[in-house]
Amino acid sequence: MPAVFPFSALVGQDEMKLALLIAAVDPRIGGVLVFGDRGTGKSTAVRALAGLLPPMRVVAGCPYRCDPEDGDAQCEACRQSTPKEGQKCRLLPVPVVDLPLGATEDRVVGALDLERALTEGVKSFEPGLLARANRGFLYVDEVNLLEDHLVDLLLDVAASGENLVEREGLSIRHPARFVLIGSGNPEEGELRPQLLDRFGLSVEVTTPRELPVRVEVVRQREAFERDPAAFVTKWKRKDEALRRRIGTARGRLASVGVGDAALEQASRLCMRLGTDGLRGELVLVRAARAVAALDGDVAVTDAHLRKVAPAALRHRLRRNPLDESGSTTRVERAMAEVFGA
Amino acid sequence: MSGSRPTPCPPWEDAAHIAALCAIDPAGVGGVSLRAPHGAPRERWLDLLRQALPATAPLRRVPLHVTDERLLGGLDLAATLHTGRPVVARGILAEADGGVIVLSMAERLEAVAAARLGLALDRGEVVLERDGLARRLPTRFGLVALDEGIASEERPPPALLDRLAFHLDLSAVEPRDPLPSFHEPSAIETARGRVAAVTAGIETVEALCAAAEVLGIASLRAPLLALRVARACAALAGRASVADEDAATAARLVLAPRATVQPSLQESREPREADRRASAPEADAEEGSVTTPEALSDLLLEAAKAVLPAGLLAELRVSEGHRAREAGAGRAGERRSSGRRGRRTGVRKGVPGAEARLDVVETLRAAAPWQRLRRKESGGTAAVGWRRPGLQVRRDDFRVARFEQRRETTVIFAVDASGSTALQRLAEAKGAVEMLLAECYVRRDRVALLAFRGRTTELLLSPTRSLARAKRSLAALPGGGATPLAAGIEAAEQLAHAVKRKGGTPFVILLTDGRANVARDGTTGRSQAEADAVAAARVVRAAALGALVVDTSPRPQTAARELALHMGARYLPLPHASAAALCEAVQGVAGSPRARSGDAAIRSPRAAWSGRP
Repeated sequence: MPAVFPFSALVGQDEMKLALLIAAVDPRIGGVLVFGDRGTGKSTAVRALAGLLPPMRVVAGCPYRCDPEDGDAQCEACRQSTPKEGQKCRLLPVPVVDLPLGATEDRVVGALDLERALTEGVKSFEPGLLARANRGFLYVDEVNLLEDHLVDLLLDVAASGENLVEREGLSIRHPARFVLIGSGNPEEGELRPQLLDRFGLSVEVTTPRELPVRVEVVRQREAFERDPAAFVTKWKRKDEALRRRIGTARGRLASVGVGDAALEQASRLCMRLGTDGLRGELVLVRAARAVAALDGDVAVTDAHLRKVAPAALRHRLRRNPLDESGSTTRVERAMAEVFGA
Repeated sequence: MSGSRPTPCPPWEDAAHIAALCAIDPAGVGGVSLRAPHGAPRERWLDLLRQALPATAPLRRVPLHVTDERLLGGLDLAATLHTGRPVVARGILAEADGGVIVLSMAERLEAVAAARLGLALDRGEVVLERDGLARRLPTRFGLVALDEGIASEERPPPALLDRLAFHLDLSAVEPRDPLPSFHEPSAIETARGRVAAVTAGIETVEALCAAAEVLGIASLRAPLLALRVARACAALAGRASVADEDAATAARLVLAPRATVQPSLQESREPREADRRASAPEADAEEGSVTTPEALSDLLLEAAKAVLPAGLLAELRVSEGHRAREAGAGRAGERRSSGRRGRRTGVRKGVPGAEARLDVVETLRAAAPWQRLRRKESGGTAAVGWRRPGLQVRRDDFRVARFEQRRETTVIFAVDASGSTALQRLAEAKGAVEMLLAECYVRRDRVALLAFRGRTTELLLSPTRSLARAKRSLAALPGGGATPLAAGIEAAEQLAHAVKRKGGTPFVILLTDGRANVARDGTTGRSQAEADAVAAARVVRAAALGALVVDTSPRPQTAARELALHMGARYLPLPHASAAALCEAVQGVAGSPRARSGDAAIRSPRAAWSGRP
């Protein structure tokens, strides 16, 4: 596998980086959509994220990498063998699974294991990408070009956290809780509103306009391509520090207080913007809490809300689809009104 | 780059140079977009490239309609059947590792296919998740996109162009021109071994970035690719580090064809300031170059400007984002409607034939569980100990794929932008179109936009899903002039047919006041014009196209209503076209044309007035 560009070496694109870190701290945020110009390091950032995530404890031998602690989210097999019976655990890296555009349905949901069926005559289930992404990240590059029937699949599973397979005489149900990450270029086409809604955060990336930033991007990229190993080593310590920060933030997440004042501010902002449903508020508060945890703060303040509001809300405005850039501006205007300039 | 306007052809030296640079580091530079008609210069250039590549390097030609299975890879049917275990067939992308892929008719490549190529180019590997196989196949290749486009907007997908260092235009090269090569294969061979070690100083990076900025190039891939080309140039010249002239060549070959603004002297001053700020601390040891970044940056700009013809820039600006706009009306339908093979709704037992495609993998899955039993059976009847090798597939196992062709609706807006539709009415019509567009967005329809005024009908937007584009085209629509109604209807009808041919369902929305005054042959005269319009309208009716006429006159007129009747279309006067009425009208599109469009005619007389409050 080719070397991965280190996350900490990414230049600029702060909103995108923050959104990915938030998703790493609190997977319940519900996914990140990165939409924007070509050649801005969208997919580089997502792939870099994989290198940052602290390893996770899994039930040894479980194909879905069930969490030994979380009984509710376990697969049938793990649920039946209780931890007391000496369930073995292992530390594994958090999966960041690619869903490539040309994927076929059988590989996404899983299907009859062809190899075993052919060679041994055994009917067994071969888990697909959704199983592999359980407890990790599922990344779809050019998500707006994904074929419709795969989108349908994703919508269903992303909502329920469970993959139901009914094919070839197999009847399987397994957990598939993943953070959906999508990236794309709006010029190629819009995203289906239902899919848009599945993403907790939506970030817009644009090509940096300042020359020094552009020079820095090109330099880093060039240095990486010339000698990937040396480059990765050079950034190792910074990546390590970031990994610890994510780990600490995860531990602190539950203890970060969300006061009534913060909740009220969040609601006020959503009401001002007229977002549909309560999902906007929920995501906004959760994301703000993750930011507070990342920053080492004990409670959510306006500053945290401000930081994440555009990403949490810009794709939830009852929008005029023809209004290209308006949503970010609208969120900012509403923020100025609610929080004061 | 434009083929329609006489552009100064880049000297053949440049083309030959590009072939050499591409052969030195194909994967690094991404490749070439080669704009040229089929013919001698193009073949000659490909020959040059072939000679420059190592003899062992694969050079694969790929047709436009390559399937995913061949492009990405999949299950090797013969080997799987033979060995009785799944065998991977590598796709073209993986087979081309270390070589070059030549893609035919890249100007007609779909965004989806471009995305697959782009991912493989970016990642240096193919991620295969197909047919029960999961593999990562490493591949490093360069891509030559053959672009036979004629109109300036007819070009390969921007996502692909962005990743190819060179945009070479040979369309103006005369076939009889002598086409020599300028580099010995051995020199290229040596350079190939050397290129990885070539260093580039920080001021080269800065200068290339600055030049890209002044030329109005947004993508960061451009300076990156230019840098790699500069290194290949240095390697070819036998240098260990990038010299100014290498950077200048890279700017000329990579940056200049991407330029979107004409650099002026004043503009080129600004980035120098930024340069100074950026470059302070870095003190790379640089041997080949002693110039300051500012001077180098100017040098690169000069190099780039040298090949920028003045009038070309306005046209270049069209390139990104406006690709779908086509010059003439008739050409519109040629753009494929995404070539979707329909949604797979599952598989069933059955014998493959013309109507049903065998689903190999599912067939194997069906056969698999029985293998042991069947072997035993056949072993029992044959000689003892004899076992038939491979897999036993029987007729019962055959599975064929079922597809549901989701017929996409394409809503064609034909807007009367003539003077009789007074300007403020045009603004209202635009508003109405915007409302309808919003409705189309929700339903994932495609939209196309035609406007007619004066003597011409212009296709502003061929069928697309990008509503942002639709809105831009609409906003830029000017008004005024005579009303060539017949021509407008005819163009809409032709476009509708093109959509139908591609398996889509067209629906025409005509916004007009119905007062034609330009006849089909271009002459003015109300009576002939009206007769022609009626004739054109009848064609629409005969073709059983779903249609809606929105009357844009201040007070509902009989002209437009009669036109609607002749078209078999629904009629909606704009004064009453509230958002709700319009949505309701267009919902008729949602309901019926997906199945049949013919019933629009039946619906029209009664429904015509239902839009009124």
